[in-house]
Amino acid sequence: MKISSLNRILLFLTGFLAAYQIAIGIDSMDSTSITAYTIAFGVILVAGLLLIILGFEVLDLPIVVIISTIIPLTISLGLVWQHLASFRTVYLAFTIVSFLAVILTRSIPMQNNLPVIVIAITHGVAGLTIFLLPIIVTFQGQMKLPFALVGIGGALIGIEGLLLSYLKTGKPIVSRDTVMKNFPIMFLLTTALFVAGFNFG
Amino acid sequence: MQAQSPIVKTKPLIAKKFALYLPLIKSLQTSLLLLTGVAGYLSAHTKVNWLDFWQMIPSLFLAIAGSTILNMWWDQDIDAKMKRTHKRPTSAGQVTREEVLNLGIAVSVIGIGWALLVNWLYGIVVFAGLFFDVVVYSMWLKRRTCWSIVWGGISGAMPILAGRVLAVGQIDAIGLLLASAILFWIPTHTLTFSLKFSEDYSNAGVPTFPSTYGEAATRFAIAFSSVVAALTMGLAAVWIGVTAGVLRLFIVLSAGLFFLAATTVFRPSDRVNFSLFKYASMYMLFAMLLIIP
Repeated sequence: MKISSLNRILLFLTGFLAAYQIAIGIDSMDSTSITAYTIAFGVILVAGLLLIILGFEVLDLPIVVIISTIIPLTISLGLVWQHLASFRTVYLAFTIVSFLAVILTRSIPMQNNLPVIVIAITHGVAGLTIFLLPIIVTFQGQMKLPFALVGIGGALIGIEGLLLSYLKTGKPIVSRDTVMKNFPIMFLLTTALFVAGFNFG
Repeated sequence: MQAQSPIVKTKPLIAKKFALYLPLIKSLQTSLLLLTGVAGYLSAHTKVNWLDFWQMIPSLFLAIAGSTILNMWWDQDIDAKMKRTHKRPTSAGQVTREEVLNLGIAVSVIGIGWALLVNWLYGIVVFAGLFFDVVVYSMWLKRRTCWSIVWGGISGAMPILAGRVLAVGQIDAIGLLLASAILFWIPTHTLTFSLKFSEDYSNAGVPTFPSTYGEAATRFAIAFSSVVAALTMGLAAVWIGVTAGVLRLFIVLSAGLFFLAATTVFRPSDRVNFSLFKYASMYMLFAMLLIIP
């Protein structure tokens, strides 16, 4: 599926927003959060560039399932580190273990549903954390209202991640064409929500 | 009415000549090299001498364009044999060799002369770039050894060094690091093309890395040089004193480059190889922009 000029522009804008967030948007945070968000937005930036260069075919690579878990895992880790101090160690452990589990289950051929279960748990927990945590801390008054946008971005990236993962595991929820056609705009929207939430929240 | 006709005829002739001469300077490549010169100047983070700066741009542009035109003149026979280049005005016979040579000399002399007038050390570095490119790379080594690309790389590294020299008034370590980054980046460009158009080069009798050492070694050389280019550029950025945020951006972009370089070596394919070349080009463009602020 050929990538259109409009989609290239959307992906470029996505990369630009991610680059801004890495270079400027996270400067005032602590080192663990900076590391987590740098990895998350770094994956968004590099993925955007690779999509521009290689086209949608890059999404067919087996490694995409692994890479696509990095963004929600690291963003959720950054959020927990900032706003749920008592869960820091637990969530860091979850992040490392679930990421390793995704790598293992994607690397070793398996006949059972374990790879799908691991993906579902990883995206589910990380996605719910990104969706709920910003909304909760916003309503508690700890952060300004725009911070809730991160939560909406979390919902979107959760959906994107699940759609891509189920597509890769051969059990697509919607058709490949639909996923690919809408990917650049969804990717831009998600990144824009994250960047807006972090900067104005 | 009759008196006006020569003017009317001259205008399209100038436009026609301009259209023929424009491809001779490889505008995209020349612009990218010019950008490296501008980045080299601004990387000094000194107070900009606008008179020098605005003279650097045309002088460097003319010197780069002049050397490119002279290369076209010298390589006319090779270009005519290669599918990729046989439609160039020189090889297609749209301009005569003599005309190209005269144009190349004129543009080069103006560029180098202007550069020397702006600053003698800057002018020497600009001249070195032209000399290495035209004489050492094209005339002497290109048809003899595949290692000629090293000299092509050195000449390509001169604009960024020249820009830096004009800003700081000497050849400093950061300038040499920036030049090294370009030197190592250029093989990703030339080797990728030599892989993609290996048959072309073979027909033209130009020795290349793939024809001398094989495709696997060439892919490794591409990956290696792009990684070294990224590391050198990163080191230069640290030394220049970029902000922590910009450094994070460098690390992220470099990680993407390392990932592609590793893929080129362990899962080689033409597609991945060309992607690395494109990514490395984008990387270098972004790196130039990042060392400016």
